[in-house]
Amino acid sequence: MKSYSIRILKDRLLKTMVIILSVLTCVPLVLIIGKVLLKGYRQINLSFFTETTPSTLDAMLAVNNNQLIPGGIANGITGTMMMVLIATVIAVPIGLLCGVYLSENRKTRFAGIIRFLTEILQGTPSIITGIIAYIWVVVPMRSYSAIAGSVSLAIMLLPLIIRSTEETLNLLPESLKEASLSLGSSYTMMVLKVLIPSAFGGILTGILLAISRVIGETAPLMLTALGASAIQWDPAKPTSAVSLLIWEFYNDPNLSNMIWSASLFLLILVLVLNLTAKKIAKKWKI
Amino acid sequence: MEDIILKFHNVCVSYTEGKNAVNDVSADVRRGLITSIMGPSGCGKSTLLRAVNRMHELYPDIKITGSIELDGKDILKMNPIMVRRMAGMVFQRPNPFPTMSIYENILAGYTLNGIRLSRAEKDEIVESCLFNVGLWDEVKDSLTKRGSFLSGGQQQRLCIARALALKPDVLLMDEPTSALDPIATAKIEDLLVQLKKDVTIVIVTHNMGQAARISDYSMFMYLGELVEYDKTQKMFTNPKDKRTEAYLTGRFG
Ligand SMILES: Nc1ncnc2c1ncn2[C@@H]1O[C@H](COP(=O)(O)OP(=O)(O)O)[C@@H](O)[C@H]1O
Ligand SMILES: [Mg+2]
Repeated sequence: MKSYSIRILKDRLLKTMVIILSVLTCVPLVLIIGKVLLKGYRQINLSFFTETTPSTLDAMLAVNNNQLIPGGIANGITGTMMMVLIATVIAVPIGLLCGVYLSENRKTRFAGIIRFLTEILQGTPSIITGIIAYIWVVVPMRSYSAIAGSVSLAIMLLPLIIRSTEETLNLLPESLKEASLSLGSSYTMMVLKVLIPSAFGGILTGILLAISRVIGETAPLMLTALGASAIQWDPAKPTSAVSLLIWEFYNDPNLSNMIWSASLFLLILVLVLNLTAKKIAKKWKI
Repeated sequence: MEDIILKFHNVCVSYTEGKNAVNDVSADVRRGLITSIMGPSGCGKSTLLRAVNRMHELYPDIKITGSIELDGKDILKMNPIMVRRMAGMVFQRPNPFPTMSIYENILAGYTLNGIRLSRAEKDEIVESCLFNVGLWDEVKDSLTKRGSFLSGGQQQRLCIARALALKPDVLLMDEPTSALDPIATAKIEDLLVQLKKDVTIVIVTHNMGQAARISDYSMFMYLGELVEYDKTQKMFTNPKDKRTEAYLTGRFG
């Protein structure tokens, strides 16, 4: 009887601990979001999206007169969009094929090696992908560029996309393959017309989540895209990005108010990507 | 001389070395009839059936010896894609393609083989195939809906229609009604009897009643061996082998 009540007590204790700890984990998150929201929302208006970063002087004048800092982060938004787009275009086909290969050849040695390499790539510090992209792209092109930035982001996207594609395909029932092969389908047609479409929701979700993971990357972009104060549509030229702007704002005391609004923008972007991914995952479930 | 469409010659299939799941089966299947393969669970019925359209090639560990002739040609010397188009297959669980509409499911065999059809040809194939499996009236207003919204029995008829769309010579069916309720089962049995004028049917079943109702010839398998193969009526009234008799009288299975 005694040991029984002790067991109940232990149970209660553990439950309480779990609840306290989970609340504690949420504290930093709430603090970050709260801080970013409170300090960031004021700067956000139409010109925040349509205008480029203000000069230090303009910002200083505005701050001294207790006005909002003029200008916005349009150069960063366009740069981020362009680089994420190019990175996705590079990483998706390769990641998709690789994921299909891994899922179709689960036990072979070569697949094991590739799987191991993707794991390493996934754990590689992002600054290193930046250095790689610098050597591969910046050096031969003799210029910092959006392309170089995209390559570094693509390297980071790859393992995430490979993984999610493989995992989604592994979940497909064997009966789908049997059904297509029994109709005389070739292997290629089966992959293209049956497996990938059936896994489409999961694959798309994986891509969106991967994008949301790299969209705020800063370090690799410093070594590759460099930054620009104007909107730059030429992917061969140095380009800005929202994350790069946050770094620039941080380094310029006159612009520090902009840190929070740019961060808020990135946070909302990531949130939207995640919510969309969730919606898609739900809708496309088979 | 009867018309033989499918010839098994000393067929052995093994999943693990030294242990035959199908052991030395030889038999001739007659064209235009329904042949059932009966036997207790695990006796190698599915394994034998899947050897016909080379489904085992999906799994590299499986070894097959002996030969199978389809319409006089050794299936191992044919292109597997041709074999599978000549011998369509319907599985135990209905497996319509979840991303395709009913319409697209019927045409999947053509799409997957890269065969282009005109709109009129497509409509014609879809209508006639659905009509043949008695599904046309039930689904003609929802052709663009996904196949997976149909009931189990309807899905299985859809799968039969999908297999028939390629006009196979043989239809291989692996316990096609075991996942269905009695009414859906009865519908499919009626359907098979009607279909046999167009296509030879080999059906695996562990339902003796079903074999008795629809098949012209029956095979009885036990522990990987083909124990007895005869006219269904003869086998049910006067089995030659003790094991067949034991099975038919319900003493195992
Ligand atoms: N994928 C497999 N791997 C290993 N053994 C298998 C596999 N599938 C079937 N077997 C074995 O082969 C034998 C025949 O199986 P199967 O042909 O499925 O029987 P049935 O269809 O008559 O129930 C069984 O003993 C089963 O254990
Ligand atoms: Mg079976």
